[in-house]
Amino acid sequence: MATITNLQCRPLKTCMTMLDDFFIRAIIAGSGLALTVGPLGCYVVWRRMAYFGDTMAHSALLGVALAFLLNISLIVGVFAVAVTASLVLLALQSRNALPTDALLGILSHSTLALGLVIIAFMTSLRVDLMGFLFGDILAVSRLDIAIIYVGGIVVLAVLIAIWRPLLAATVNIELAQAEGLNPERARIIFMLLMASVIAMAMKIVGILLITSLLIIPAAAARRFASTPEQMAVYASLIGALAVAAGLFGSLKFDTPSGPSIVVAALTLFLLSLVTYPGRKPPATSEPGT
Amino acid sequence: MTHSPSDSLISMQGAGICRNGRWLVRGIDLSVHAGEIVTLVGPNGSGKSTTARMAIGLIRHDEGSVTRRTGLTIGYVPQRMSIDPTLPLTVRRLMTIASRHTRSAILDALQVVGIPGLLDAPVQHLSGGEFQRALLARAMINKPELLVLDEPVQGIDFAGEIELYNLIQDVRQTSGCGILLISHDLHMVMAETDTVICLNGHVCCTGTPEAVASNPEYVKLFGQRAVETLAIYRHHHDHTHLPDGRVRHADGSITDHCHPDDGHHHESAVSPSENVHDHA
Repeated sequence: MATITNLQCRPLKTCMTMLDDFFIRAIIAGSGLALTVGPLGCYVVWRRMAYFGDTMAHSALLGVALAFLLNISLIVGVFAVAVTASLVLLALQSRNALPTDALLGILSHSTLALGLVIIAFMTSLRVDLMGFLFGDILAVSRLDIAIIYVGGIVVLAVLIAIWRPLLAATVNIELAQAEGLNPERARIIFMLLMASVIAMAMKIVGILLITSLLIIPAAAARRFASTPEQMAVYASLIGALAVAAGLFGSLKFDTPSGPSIVVAALTLFLLSLVTYPGRKPPATSEPGT
Repeated sequence: MTHSPSDSLISMQGAGICRNGRWLVRGIDLSVHAGEIVTLVGPNGSGKSTTARMAIGLIRHDEGSVTRRTGLTIGYVPQRMSIDPTLPLTVRRLMTIASRHTRSAILDALQVVGIPGLLDAPVQHLSGGEFQRALLARAMINKPELLVLDEPVQGIDFAGEIELYNLIQDVRQTSGCGILLISHDLHMVMAETDTVICLNGHVCCTGTPEAVASNPEYVKLFGQRAVETLAIYRHHHDHTHLPDGRVRHADGSITDHCHPDDGHHHESAVSPSENVHDHA
């Protein structure tokens, strides 16, 4: 357990000498991730999948543990475990033995616990556990930036390709199915996109906080959007703003970066709730005929 | 009204759906042709929606056959549909949810159902009737070969109801599409319907409204008053589907299934205290 107690969130100020370089890297990586995550987060909110996202994110730690154990790439390990977790969930759901929230609770916490136990067993290995749980902006490398941007473009391109069937399925799955839009395929592809984004987001905000980066910018965007597409774009922009604000705050107040980003996102969300004088109320329908 | 089986959009023979050992519907014979309106009527829980969903392949049939013409395009108005308040959706965007349309095509479709002023209204702010009209416009704008409308007039007042049924009739005439309509309200759809199918877990009776209306069985089924005055349609069945799937008849006998000649619905034979399907 010594490996765990030694670990801390490394405050940004301890690395003042390389500040410019890592800080710019952090902002570039973080905002790239936020731009990718925004539209996916909207679907998480619309489809009421917040706990599903949480479960996939928590399973990422098991992915990390298995990646170390099998000596494979972290991103591949996390992606594979997140996909497996969602497939297991689908299989358990179809048995109808337990309600979905109970299944999610079981999967979410048991995968997290399994990951912690496996990591504890690997005594020869020094793992920055806090870095995985809460993010470690210092660890963002040029390679990470490349992965985030290439991966982000692929994720967004695929999302645009399945946008119509996925949105139609979100409005009403039977309507989408009856009108030949193949919503089931869109749903499975969306699940794969979620797993990819979680694998990419782990380093920036950490396993425990990924879901907040999905949900909070989308929730903040809702108020200002009148179409799904607007909300997706606004969520991306608000997320990117939260990353930048959070990182500056983290630098100024010497706070851990991942939580600082989430606090910044929360602040933006709270601001979105404020009623501004002169802001026109949401359009209302004409009286019923 | 003569059709060969081959030109039907949808045809079902002896189709049934079994869930957890219980038959939700069974022995359904049904077909819809281009330009034809087929109406499913029956009490709550009689399997109207299940039958329609089976017809368009949303649920798989467990017995019998269900065939759809290859490449059949369907416009669907589901029975219950609510849109999450977190999803920002205007009527205009709702209209293009399944396929792209120009602004003028959308306005035309909304004009037809009488809500052109709601183009940019958020769907969550529509009244029940306005939302049903928008859903109907959305289903029709794609010019499908088959329209499946599950209780399309729910939440719409009496005058609007007549107007919408006239509209559905117009759509059939101008576009030539087939329509599978579900209604709990038989007399409202009488004039527009080609074929009526009365369900109660199985097909109770079927035929053209005229033929059915002149049939003594129909009078028994829907009551003399309903026939003569088009008063509220009351519907008593002479048997009750028990939770274990067996059937209790009016005389108290219990059998495993409905008999093929069921449909002898003796209103007088049923006491109100019995758990009969009652429907106003």
